Amino acid sequence: MIQKGGAFIASPFPNRCRMFRFWQSNQAWLTPVVLLLLPVGLFLLMIVIPIVQSIWTSFYEWDGTGEATWIGLGNYAELIGDPQFFVSLKNNIIWILMFLLAPVFGLALALFLNQPLRELRFIKAVFFLPLVLAPVIIGVVFTWFYDPTFGIVAIVSRALGLQPIAILSNETFVTFGIIAAALWAQIAFCLVLFLAGLSQLDAELIAAGRIDGASGWKLLRHIVLPQLRSVTFVATIITVIGSLRNFDLISVMTQGGPYGSSTVLAYQMYEATIFSYRAGYGAAIATVLFLIMSIWIAAFLWHTLRREERMG
Amino acid sequence: MYPAPVTEKPLGTRTAYRLAIYTAMVFWMAPLIAIMFTAVRSQSDLLSGNYWGMPSRFALLDNFREAFAISPMWTFFVNSLTVVGVTVILVLILSTMAAVALAKYRLPGSTLLFAMFIGGNFIPYQILMIPVRNMVLDVGLYDTVWGLILFHTAFQTGFATLFLRNFIITLPNELFEAARIEGASEFQILRKVIVPLIRPALAGLAVLIFTFVWNDYFWALVLVQSDSAKPLTLGIAGLKGEWLTAWNLISAAALFAALPPVCLFFLMQKHFVAGLTAGAVKG
Repeated sequence: MIQKGGAFIASPFPNRCRMFRFWQSNQAWLTPVVLLLLPVGLFLLMIVIPIVQSIWTSFYEWDGTGEATWIGLGNYAELIGDPQFFVSLKNNIIWILMFLLAPVFGLALALFLNQPLRELRFIKAVFFLPLVLAPVIIGVVFTWFYDPTFGIVAIVSRALGLQPIAILSNETFVTFGIIAAALWAQIAFCLVLFLAGLSQLDAELIAAGRIDGASGWKLLRHIVLPQLRSVTFVATIITVIGSLRNFDLISVMTQGGPYGSSTVLAYQMYEATIFSYRAGYGAAIATVLFLIMSIWIAAFLWHTLRREERMG
Repeated sequence: MYPAPVTEKPLGTRTAYRLAIYTAMVFWMAPLIAIMFTAVRSQSDLLSGNYWGMPSRFALLDNFREAFAISPMWTFFVNSLTVVGVTVILVLILSTMAAVALAKYRLPGSTLLFAMFIGGNFIPYQILMIPVRNMVLDVGLYDTVWGLILFHTAFQTGFATLFLRNFIITLPNELFEAARIEGASEFQILRKVIVPLIRPALAGLAVLIFTFVWNDYFWALVLVQSDSAKPLTLGIAGLKGEWLTAWNLISAAALFAALPPVCLFFLMQKHFVAGLTAGAVKG
């Protein structure tokens, strides 16, 4: 018996041995494939495929659990006749426009705080803080701020002799009230980016500009801002994308109310799917939102990949 | 340096500048100051309308105790910790693997994968909501912390890969060549050469992902229903719905939920900022 197995002693697992040799001679290209298998697989499964499935779902009438019926573009046709859809769309545009204040304020704050004082390290950190707060918490705090009886806004307006407004139950002001809360964190984000940008300015160019007699506004306009172009672009794009993604604050502060006046596409989609059991219709709203955002995502990708190429 | 440093200006200007930044800071922090002001107030103060004056007594601890008594705050807290802890570990492992592959090997389609990871970062959650919810339901993870972990791990791996890849690509190639000549296998290089070198980046990344996942609300809303699996964000929102006027309790709970990321942020400020600006600024 032992003799019989003699051949195996030299090479107990011939198969494995061959595999090992194959691995040895091919590991240069096999390694990355093995490394990518799990992360890419998971990403495809949870992110990429669901996008396709959602778009597919948008062509069906479906309650989310039962039988789905193919209705082609029916959901999209219904969207065009749905006044709520246009309220959402209008609010999304208001969100984008108001959010564009974030890069402006962020840059202004960055210029204000970009000084070599020791205490500024701590002060900058305080200005960054809204970034790490959950939108839910920001929503709760601002709801309390806006409380028409005891909130700070009401107290200040009474002190100024004005009639306090119940911002969150006023159809005209509600969206602006929520945006103000969201801007707080978004300005902090832009501030971080611009401070980093300012720290990398070319000192020689600025010194040269100063020698040529440029200062203040002129220096900013002709020497500083051109160097911040990339940061400004990134800050703006991410801000626009952020404005379109907002969901948490609306959900916490108003749930789209009063009377649906503060919904955006992201919130309307959730409501249609979860509360009205209309998954197909919800998927159609999500698809529209996705298409709008794709434009901005593509712009960001184009910027990043082009920079990659330049850097080699 | 732009603007011109105030340190070179006369004392008057410097003092005015200091005054201005401290004033600005107070205004900027007004929402947080308001919440702290409210969290230390007792119920009797609120009832007598004393919202913004001196509190009659310091009731922060009472409010914490009360918030923990009227809702399963402790369970929410443990759930948040579980989701965040497991997700951070899984994401660090997966994204290191993917980032090394994308940064240091030539592969056809690697630009496409890179673009996929970047783009995936910015898509609206709603386009994923229905299929992901159904998938999590199908595999029996709905209403558990594991459903949340599954999704967050997949989603954050995109951002993390992009982040680490930009870091790893700056490591000199000679390092790898030298290790190969020494006879190290590819996986030994990964473990013994790359991982020790990217440790600071991994730390920064861990802080960022901690914050992102800790603050998540949407996916908790979509993938979880019962108190036993809810994270803190959902708990706070529920508290706000149920205890409409108990602002002192809601504020105390919100303060409690904000504390972990805020502390982490102050401890790791440099890493956090570096992570957030990575890739956005240079060039």
